[in-house]
Amino acid sequence: MQDDVILKMRNIRKSFGGVHALHEVDFTLRRGEIHALMGENGAGKSTLIKVLTGVYQKDEGTVEIEGIQGEANIRSPQDAQNSGISTVYQEISLCPNLTVAENMFIGRGKGAFTDWKSMNTKADKMLRELDIPTYATEQLGSCSIAVQQMVAIARAVDMECKVLILDEPTSSLDEQEVEKLFKLMRDLKAKGVGIIFVTHFLDQVYEVCDRITVLRDGGLVGEYVIEDLPRVKLVSKMLGKELDDISDIKGEETGKAEDDGSVPVFEAKGLCSTEGIKPFDFYIKAGEVNGFTGLLGSGRSECVRAIFGADKVTEGKVKVKGKEVTIKKPIDAMKLGIGYLPEDRKRDGIVSELSVRDNLILAFQVMKGFFHPISRAKAEEYADEYIKLLDIKTASSETPIGRLSGGNQQKVIIARWLLTHPDYLILDEPTRGIDIGTKIEIQKLALKLASEGKSVTFISSEVDEMLRTCSRLVVMRDRAVVGELSGSDLNQTKVMATIAGGESK
Amino acid sequence: MKRKKSLSDTNLLLLITIVVFFVMYISAILFLKQGFLKPQGFFNILNENAYLIILSCGMSLVMITGGIDISVGTLTALICMSSAVLLDMKGGNVVEAILLSLAIGLAFGIVQGFLIAYLEIQPFIVTLAGLFFAKGMTTIVNATQFNVENEEFKALKATRIIIPGMGVVNRKGIYVPAYVEIGVIVALVVVAILFVILKWTKLGRNFYAIGGNAQSASMLGINVKKTKFIAYLMCSVLASIGGFVFFMHAGSGSPSHASGAEMNAIASSIIGGTMLTGGVGNIIGTFFGVISLSTIKNIVTSLGLDEAWWTNITVALMICIFLLIQSLVLKRKAAQKK
Amino acid sequence: MKQKKSFGEIVNVIVHKQIFIPLAALFILVVFNFIADLIVNDGTSFFEITYGMSKDGYHVLSGNLITVIDNASELVLLAIGMTLVTAASGGQDISVGAVIAIAGSVILRIVCGDGSDANTLQAPIILAFFAACIVAMLFGAFNGMLVAYFKIQPMVATLILFTAGRSIAAWINNNELPVMNAPSFGYFGKFIPGIAVPTPVLIAIAGMILIGLVLKFTNLGLYAQSVGINPNSSRLNGINPEVIKLITYVILGFFVAIAGLIKVSRVQSINYSVIAKDIEMDAILAVALGGNPLGGGKFNIWASILGAYVIQMLTTTLFRYNVDATALPAYKAVVVVVLVVLSAPVVRERLNRLFASLKSKNEGKEAA
Repeated sequence: MQDDVILKMRNIRKSFGGVHALHEVDFTLRRGEIHALMGENGAGKSTLIKVLTGVYQKDEGTVEIEGIQGEANIRSPQDAQNSGISTVYQEISLCPNLTVAENMFIGRGKGAFTDWKSMNTKADKMLRELDIPTYATEQLGSCSIAVQQMVAIARAVDMECKVLILDEPTSSLDEQEVEKLFKLMRDLKAKGVGIIFVTHFLDQVYEVCDRITVLRDGGLVGEYVIEDLPRVKLVSKMLGKELDDISDIKGEETGKAEDDGSVPVFEAKGLCSTEGIKPFDFYIKAGEVNGFTGLLGSGRSECVRAIFGADKVTEGKVKVKGKEVTIKKPIDAMKLGIGYLPEDRKRDGIVSELSVRDNLILAFQVMKGFFHPISRAKAEEYADEYIKLLDIKTASSETPIGRLSGGNQQKVIIARWLLTHPDYLILDEPTRGIDIGTKIEIQKLALKLASEGKSVTFISSEVDEMLRTCSRLVVMRDRAVVGELSGSDLNQTKVMATIAGGESK
Repeated sequence: MKRKKSLSDTNLLLLITIVVFFVMYISAILFLKQGFLKPQGFFNILNENAYLIILSCGMSLVMITGGIDISVGTLTALICMSSAVLLDMKGGNVVEAILLSLAIGLAFGIVQGFLIAYLEIQPFIVTLAGLFFAKGMTTIVNATQFNVENEEFKALKATRIIIPGMGVVNRKGIYVPAYVEIGVIVALVVVAILFVILKWTKLGRNFYAIGGNAQSASMLGINVKKTKFIAYLMCSVLASIGGFVFFMHAGSGSPSHASGAEMNAIASSIIGGTMLTGGVGNIIGTFFGVISLSTIKNIVTSLGLDEAWWTNITVALMICIFLLIQSLVLKRKAAQKK
Repeated sequence: MKQKKSFGEIVNVIVHKQIFIPLAALFILVVFNFIADLIVNDGTSFFEITYGMSKDGYHVLSGNLITVIDNASELVLLAIGMTLVTAASGGQDISVGAVIAIAGSVILRIVCGDGSDANTLQAPIILAFFAACIVAMLFGAFNGMLVAYFKIQPMVATLILFTAGRSIAAWINNNELPVMNAPSFGYFGKFIPGIAVPTPVLIAIAGMILIGLVLKFTNLGLYAQSVGINPNSSRLNGINPEVIKLITYVILGFFVAIAGLIKVSRVQSINYSVIAKDIEMDAILAVALGGNPLGGGKFNIWASILGAYVIQMLTTTLFRYNVDATALPAYKAVVVVVLVVLSAPVVRERLNRLFASLKSKNEGKEAA
C-alpha cells in the first residue's frame, strides 16, 4: 500500500436479490484529504458506505485499511469503529432517550462500567469546543435536529478515527452550522484524517473537497482531482449525458407576476398556526408559480402547512377563488382543490410498505370517500398512467414504495397529488435529497402545471432553483414574512440580501 | 448562557410514582389506620410481593429494551412445581432445588433469547409460546397441588429476619418483633444489583439505547442482538429466582401458582414509569410500582369492599389513572419543547 | 431445463405468499392425521363425518372435522377483529376474553330477567344480543380511545379491561351465575333444529362474508394499513388516523359480542373466571400465524382466519391422542415455535441461501 493511502476498496460487488447495487467499484482514500463521493440517487453511494461500515456485507471484493494487516474484515458497525472508521449518517442515528454525553460515548471503549462524571466533563468540553449549543446531561430527544446532527459529528470526531464518513450531514444544518462543520473538516484534514463526504450540494463539494469519485448505476465512473473537473463536467458524469438545459428551463415565460386584477385562487389574511409563525398574508393566482424562501427554520414550511391545514390554524381569513372558507384539516384543503407535498418525504409522505399503486391513489381515494373504493382495475390504470407520465422507475406498481430510490418515491408522491387534479399544488422541498436529473424534471413539471393554468407554490433550499421556477418570492426570516420579490428584483443578490435582512443593501 | 436542567422522561415518571405511593400510603395511615399504622403491615406487603418485585425487575429490563416477556408467571408455577417434586418425591435437597430452578430459568432464557434476538421473532409470540410451554409442563410434572414436607426446606421457609426497633407491643403486653422473610432480602438485593447495572454499567446503558432506537444503537456500535439476548436471559433467570422466592413463601407446588403474575409484573412496571415502547424506565420505580399495587389492594380490602371484583376494578382504575397521568405529562413536555 | 426453472419460480412465489405458512401448517396437520389414521387403524378416522341423530333428536353432522370448524368459530371472529386492530394500531387487544365475559353477562342478564324462571326467555334474544353489541362496542371504543387519543400502547391500554373485565361481568349479574335453559337460547352455540351444521360455523361464515363485504365496499383496509404504517402521512392525505384506530377497536368489539353470544349459548350459562379464558392469546396467535406483522401495517385477514383454524385443528388433533387438557399448552407451544421459526424472515433468508448454494453445487457437478 502506498504511504499516503489509508483506505483501499477494490472490486466491490453487492447485490440485493439479484439486482446489482454495486458492480466492481474501486475507491481509494488518502491521508489528509476530503474526498467527495458523488452520484445520483441509486448510484450506489449509500450501499458503498454501508459496506464500508459493516451494515451490509459485500459479496465480493477487498477492503484494505492502513495499519491492519491483510484484508480488513468488517462485519458490523462495531468492527468498523474498531478499525478506525467513524460515520455520520444522513438520518440521525442516535438514541433520543439517552443524554447527549451518552450518545457521544456509548458503544465505545473498554470496561464494563460507565463513568458518568468524566464522560460528562469530556462531553461538555467537546460541546464547547465545537460550539454546539447543548449540555452533556440534556436528553438528546429534546435537542433540535440540527443540534442532534452536530452531536453525531462530535461523536465521530472524538473517536480519533483514520477515516471519517459524512453521509449528507449538511441537509439539516443551516449555513452557519455548515461553515462550522467545514472548519472542523479542515482541521481534521490537517491532522491527517481522511474524510469521505457525500452530498447533493455542488457548492459544498467545490468549497471543501480535494478529490471526487463519481458513481453511476452501481458502477464506478472515475476518480478525479477537483481542479480537473468543473461543475458542468461533474454533472454530466453523474448523469451520464451532456446537460444543456440545466441553466435555463424557465425559458421566455415569466409574465404572470404582475397583479392583473383577477381573483386569486387562494388568498389568506393574517394566517397563523400553532407552530409559532407570525400572522402572514398570502395570495396566489391561476397560472402562477410562487415560492417561500428563507433559511431553514425561518418558517417557510410552517406557512404552507398552515395553508393546507396540516398544523392547527389559530387565526386568519382564507378565501379560495374569492369565496371565504375554513380549512381546519388537510381533508378540507383537499376538497378545495389544494394539494401538498410535504417537506419530509419519509416521515410525512410515503407509506413505505404499501405498494406504489396504493401510495399513488391514496389522496384521490380519500377524496372519493370511505365508501367509494377505487376498483383494482381502475387503480391499476391510474398507476400505469402516472408511472409512464412521470417516468417513475419501479419494478411494478405492486412494489412497495419504500424499495424505490428517493427521487422515484418523490415522483410517486407528486403523482399522488396530480391524480387529484388540484387547482393549487404546494411543493415543499420537492427536490431535497434527490438527484439532479429528477430535480430538473420536477422544476419543469411545476412550470408545466402553471402553463396549464394551475397555481404552484414551490419551496427549495437552493435559491437558484427558486429563481428558475418562481415568478414571485415571499421571503421569510425568523418565522415572519419580511418581503416579497418579483420581476426584476428576482436575482440572487437581492434575494440573499432580503433573507439576511438588516441594513445591507 | 444559563444552564437549564430538565428532568429526563425516566426521572419524571419515577418521581410521579414515588409521590403517588407516599400520598396513598400516608393517607391510608391517616384515614384507615388498622394495619397500615403498624410497621409489620408494610413488611407484610414486602413478604407477600417479594417474588413479584423480582419478576417485575426482569420485566422492566425487557420492557426497557422495547420488548416483553409474558412467560414469567407460568414459569414461576413451573419452578415451584419442579422444586416441590424434587424435594418431596425425588429426595433432593434445597441446594439442588435452587440449582434446578436456575437451570430451568437459564434454559428458558437461552431459548427465548435466541429466538427473539437472533431469529428476530416477535417477543410477544415467543414468550407466549414460553407461557404455554411452562403452563403445560407444570401439569406434566405434576397435576395437583401439594405441600412440601421436606424439613430442610420448611426451616428455610420459616426463617424470619427480625427488623430491630420496629416491633410493637400487642394487647397482651407481649413484644411482637417486625420481620421480613428471606425472599424480601433476595428481592432487595436484586433491586440493588439491577439498579447498579442499569445506571452504571455499559450493558445497562445499552439496554436503554436499543430500546430508544435499535437501528441507531446498532449504528453506534452496540451489538443489538447480543444485548437483547442478555436481556431475555436475565429476565428468565430473574423469573426463576422470583419463582423460588414464591416457592419459599407458599411452600407448595401448584399449577395455579402465580397465575396472572406476568400481567401484574407488567402493570407494576408501567406504574413504576417504564414504558412498553422501550427506552424509558427505572428499577426503583418498578419496586414502588409493586408495593403501590399491593397497597391499593389492601386499602380496598380495608374499606370493607372485600369481594374480589372490587380489587380488580380498583387496580384497573389505578393503572388507567397512571397511564393518563403519564400520557398527559409526556404530551405536555413534548409541547413545551416546541 | 427452462420448464423446470419456471416451476421453481412458481414454487418460490407460492412459498413467499403470506398465506403459505398457515396453509402449509394446516396441510401438515391433515397429512399427520391421515398417516396416523393408517398407522393406528382403530376403526376411526379423523376425517370421518357422520350424519346421525343428536341427543336432542335432530339429524346433525358430527366428527372431528366438524368439531374443529365448530370450536374455531369464536376464534375466527376474534381473529378478524384482532387483525384489523393490529394493522391500524400496531398492537393487540388483550382484553377480548374479559369483554366476552361482559357481553355474555349482559346477554344472560337480559334473557334471564329477574331470574324467576330459568326455562323461558324473559326477553327476546335479539334484544339481549343488541345490548351486548352496544356494550362490547362501547368497551371497544374505550380501548380505542386510550390507544388513539391518549397514545397509550394497545397492550397496556387493554390491560385495564383485561384486569377489570371479568369483575365487571360478575358485577353485572351481582356475582350470581344465571342459567337459561330455554332450548332456543342454545341455538346459537349448538344446532338450529333442521340444520345439520353447527350454528357457530354458520355465524363464523357470516362474519367472514361481512368483513369481506366491508373490505370490498369501503376503504377500511387501505386506511387501516396506511394508518398503521405511517400515521403522519395518512393525516396529510386527509385520513383521520385516530378515528380509523377507534373504528377498528369498535369493530373488534362487535365481533367480541358475537363470540360472547356463541360462548354463553354453548353452555347456556356463564362462569366469569373461566369463560373465554386465554382466548386473547389464541386470537393474537392466529394473527401471527397468519404471517401478519404484529407491529401493524399490512395485513391479510384470510391468513389470520386460516391461522385460527390451524390452532383449533392442532388442539383437536392433540385431544384425539388423549393429551390431557391441562398439558395441551406445552405441545401447542412446541408447534407454535416451529411455525414461527419457519416463517421468520431471518430463517427464510438463511434457508434460501442454503438452497441456492446447494443448487449451485449441483449445477457444478452436472457441468463437471
